[in-house]
Amino acid sequence: MLSSIQNPRLLRLSTLHQIPLRCLQTSTTPVPTPSSPQPTSQILRIRKSLLSRETTAVEIAKTFLSRLRRTEPQLKSFLYVSPEDGVLKQAEEIDRRIQNNEELGPLAGVLAGVKDNICTSDMPSTAGSKILENYTPPYDATAVKKLRENGAIIVGKTNLDEFGMGSTTEASGYQVTANPWDLSRVPGGSSGGSAAAVSAQQCAVSLGTDTGGSVRQPASFCGVVGLKPTYGRVSRYGLVAYASSLDVIGCLGSSVADTGIVLQAVSGHDKFDATSSKQGIPNFASQFIPKDYLDSKPLKGLRVGVIRETLVDGVDPDVISSLQRSVSHLEDLGCTISEVSFPSFSLGLPAYYILASSESSSNLARYDGVRFGNQVFADELSTLYGDSRAEGFGSEVKLRILMGTYALSAGYYDAYYKRAQQVRTLVQKSFRAALEENDVLISPAAPSVAYKIGEKKNDPLAMYAGDIMTVNVNLAGLPALVLPCGFVEEGSSVLPVGLQMIGAAFDEESLLKIGHIFEQTLQGYSFVPPLVGDDF
Amino acid sequence: MALTFFRGIKTCPLVHYPSAYFARKNGFFYCTTGSTETQFATQEKQQSGDSKVVPKTYRKSPDKLLKDYEAIIGIETHVQLNTSTKAFCGCPYSYGAQPNTSICPVCMGLPGALPVLNSKVVEYAVKLGLALNCKLSMDSKFDRKQYFYPDLPKAYQISQFDVPIAIGGYIDIDLPVEFGGGHRKFGITRVHMEEDAGKLLHTGTGNYSQVDLNRAGVPLLEIVSEPDMRTGIEAAEYAAELQRVVRYLGVSNGNMQEGSLRCDVNISIRPIGQQEFGTKVEIKNLNSFSSVSRAIDFEISRQVQLHSQGQADQIVQETRLWEEGAQKTITMRKKEGLSDYRYFPEPDIPGVTLSEEYVDGIRSSLPELPEIKRRRYENMGLSMQDVLFLANDINVAEFFDATIANAADVKLAANWIMGDIAAYMKNEKLSISEIKLTPLELGELIASIKGGTISGKIGKEILFELMAKGGTVQGLIKEKDLVQIVDRSEIEKMVDKVLADNPEQLKQYRGGKTKLQGYFAGQVMKASKGKANPKLLNQILLEKLNTET
Repeated sequence: MLSSIQNPRLLRLSTLHQIPLRCLQTSTTPVPTPSSPQPTSQILRIRKSLLSRETTAVEIAKTFLSRLRRTEPQLKSFLYVSPEDGVLKQAEEIDRRIQNNEELGPLAGVLAGVKDNICTSDMPSTAGSKILENYTPPYDATAVKKLRENGAIIVGKTNLDEFGMGSTTEASGYQVTANPWDLSRVPGGSSGGSAAAVSAQQCAVSLGTDTGGSVRQPASFCGVVGLKPTYGRVSRYGLVAYASSLDVIGCLGSSVADTGIVLQAVSGHDKFDATSSKQGIPNFASQFIPKDYLDSKPLKGLRVGVIRETLVDGVDPDVISSLQRSVSHLEDLGCTISEVSFPSFSLGLPAYYILASSESSSNLARYDGVRFGNQVFADELSTLYGDSRAEGFGSEVKLRILMGTYALSAGYYDAYYKRAQQVRTLVQKSFRAALEENDVLISPAAPSVAYKIGEKKNDPLAMYAGDIMTVNVNLAGLPALVLPCGFVEEGSSVLPVGLQMIGAAFDEESLLKIGHIFEQTLQGYSFVPPLVGDDF
Repeated sequence: MALTFFRGIKTCPLVHYPSAYFARKNGFFYCTTGSTETQFATQEKQQSGDSKVVPKTYRKSPDKLLKDYEAIIGIETHVQLNTSTKAFCGCPYSYGAQPNTSICPVCMGLPGALPVLNSKVVEYAVKLGLALNCKLSMDSKFDRKQYFYPDLPKAYQISQFDVPIAIGGYIDIDLPVEFGGGHRKFGITRVHMEEDAGKLLHTGTGNYSQVDLNRAGVPLLEIVSEPDMRTGIEAAEYAAELQRVVRYLGVSNGNMQEGSLRCDVNISIRPIGQQEFGTKVEIKNLNSFSSVSRAIDFEISRQVQLHSQGQADQIVQETRLWEEGAQKTITMRKKEGLSDYRYFPEPDIPGVTLSEEYVDGIRSSLPELPEIKRRRYENMGLSMQDVLFLANDINVAEFFDATIANAADVKLAANWIMGDIAAYMKNEKLSISEIKLTPLELGELIASIKGGTISGKIGKEILFELMAKGGTVQGLIKEKDLVQIVDRSEIEKMVDKVLADNPEQLKQYRGGKTKLQGYFAGQVMKASKGKANPKLLNQILLEKLNTET
């Protein structure tokens, strides 16, 4: 049905609205995009078809599993796939409940992928590292437990850059995931497996983790919706720590509504995580007004700030064009657009890398080969430690452990860690001020679209620079939603571009509401990759 | 030497976790390869109890030499808190439990597990901080102290670094009378909260070691003293007073043998008059107060001897172990520069903020502390010996207080407790809370003797019955018909009968052998079954003996 790439209805979008932005470059190349109806919530569709007895949970599971089997050899988004009989058994149980008119959880029959750095008691949880090869934790992460309690079926564990350290999945200790839009390209990272799996409809939704953009950047690269909640909104218990003060579990889905429904399921205070918030959880689903009920200016009066520093040299002009078209679209919806400047914006990146590396050097110290994971035989304790870690960790992880250890060393602490914390405070203040004058802030989710596998592998600084759009949000602990807003043509490929919306702390509600309206009113795009083909 | 490192099972998703195994090489984890000290004789072995401090003089170091030097002693004490669960998880802890039976993902440091602070730890820290007259940090935080060791599952210890919960306090002690007595005040630098590590079990014959994580995550308070102590006795008394304080507060059992209270001593010497400090040496493995005292005295002598022989450069910054068997300290590890623990704020635990109400609530619930108790007892007119004995054990002190609360005579109550009751407890190996005697009945007993209802001798008999079986003084007196005879005519009758029955002795007495008075008194007392009031008896007896009929 959607296999042919058609010329989209670009006419409306190409009548670019002149807005006061620097670097305003309008892309005049018509970008070929598939056209389709608006993205709909997979979760609601599954629920509707189950309750109406149109189909069964087993049928739905089979469809996903067969697509997963078909696409996985090319994509490699999963490090572990649940045995089919186990998945079907859970689906049968849901069908039985439907038969008996028993209560169904909000995620009943929804196949979910879980990033492999989130603990599952019935599947290995390696965090993409050889040092945890075959390691199965004795407990479920709180978020996983909540997914299951809500009826979701965990279909498998998705690939990632080792311990979440990377932006491509190339730093995975096991495999590189391909981008469903172009198999020669990276899916982004570190939650690349989770994003690719949702994009290719190997599962309906997935959990990722976001320390510096690891949910949002792959969402952008794969053309799916990625929600990074406020720090503390979702329990980190069972999330294999990379940088504890920045790590957040996030949701990926093919529509804004899906990420909201998943967030609803996994949010909340957890007595096992002292940093999880006791903030009340609003009913996120109530934000999703069906398209037909929207008036002509559904976002009238909404103040949107465009972060000037995200539209500068170094950012792909096509990405900037996409953002500008999104700005026009928001304006059409009734938003008031203004430009916001963050003088501290560029400081966020080095501060992030110091803080994240410092915390990771400490968090990853426990992988010493003594109690679990990879252990190398040695005749001295220091050799046991050294060899187990040398063999178990990949080079990106080692690089960051070394940087972090250095930054925390006596004599350097003040120059690095302490100063980075000061920058963090500055970033938080800037955001607070900007969010007093604006309801949401917007920026591209990444400075470019998905690049080629291997393209930046040997240039860590270029790779780190790709995080410029996202890391500040983690430093400030704010929620952000990334949703596809357009396409860029690269050679023979058509690659999705993501729009990032940043909200005030614990105001995911506004992001979901705006995101949903944006998505429902965006004309002419379908974000289903060609790989998925006709069976979807 | 090739050794193999192995573990039982790599991962285990079940309830029971495997203990981890790994090899060691000749006591690899302790670098105790033997003594490097040959120039010192070993000290004669002394055995003494936990609470008594025995002085020692070092044979080869004449007092004369020691008098030219001054020792500077500071102590770091770790107190294990007796909270019902560990510091950051819900596991209970009991000393001596089967290895790895009280562990969970959190205290095992499994990937993804997070620490959640046990509020009792803060409460106990505040209690101790207040008891040690410290200034509390209303906003403190936790930090990570990072180092690799198999007993430290996360490879960092959650501790407090630059903002400890309490700082700048002091502790008052009274030195035991047998060591010359005297009052001292020692500064407390800081009190901070942290977690304990696990334990390594080194198999005697095997070439591997095992890790027991039962103790990992058990809450500790570290108390750092100012370098205010000068002798082994002072240091031991400081430690003993800390033990008393934590026991009074009920925050720890303070048991040194079980490691619930551990002392690391820092010690340096300098010639009297010198301003700058000498090189500091740390002593570990001090399992009793007497070993604290003796290890310090040994170390002072060792350092003084080196210094006086011009070998001060051989006093190096190092950690030494106290060897109880050999009664000497030996090198454990030399310090190679300062170790860098790369402290940084613990991101998993939010800051600890205390409110005034919270602190006030704890302050008002504090018990009477040992120092206050001692001063109160002193003001009651008790001797320092009595004061120290009674205030040493909170349970004894409470027993004493409860006894005198019933208006019992203070001195008599002290004497009974320190005499017959203490002896009985020692013989039967019972604590004061385990004996059947209640403070109320002890008060009753004292009053009965004082009021003349029973004699002191009978009182003693009743006491043992009360301690062993319980019951009331009144009940026993009635039951055994032990009420003292104070009726003059009744005693007169008995005296008359005894005199009549012993005409020969009476004759002798009247002939001048007056010491026979005791014989008559004994006979009368026997006739009264011990119940005659002795004073009255003697009075009547004398009258009758000296009155010719």
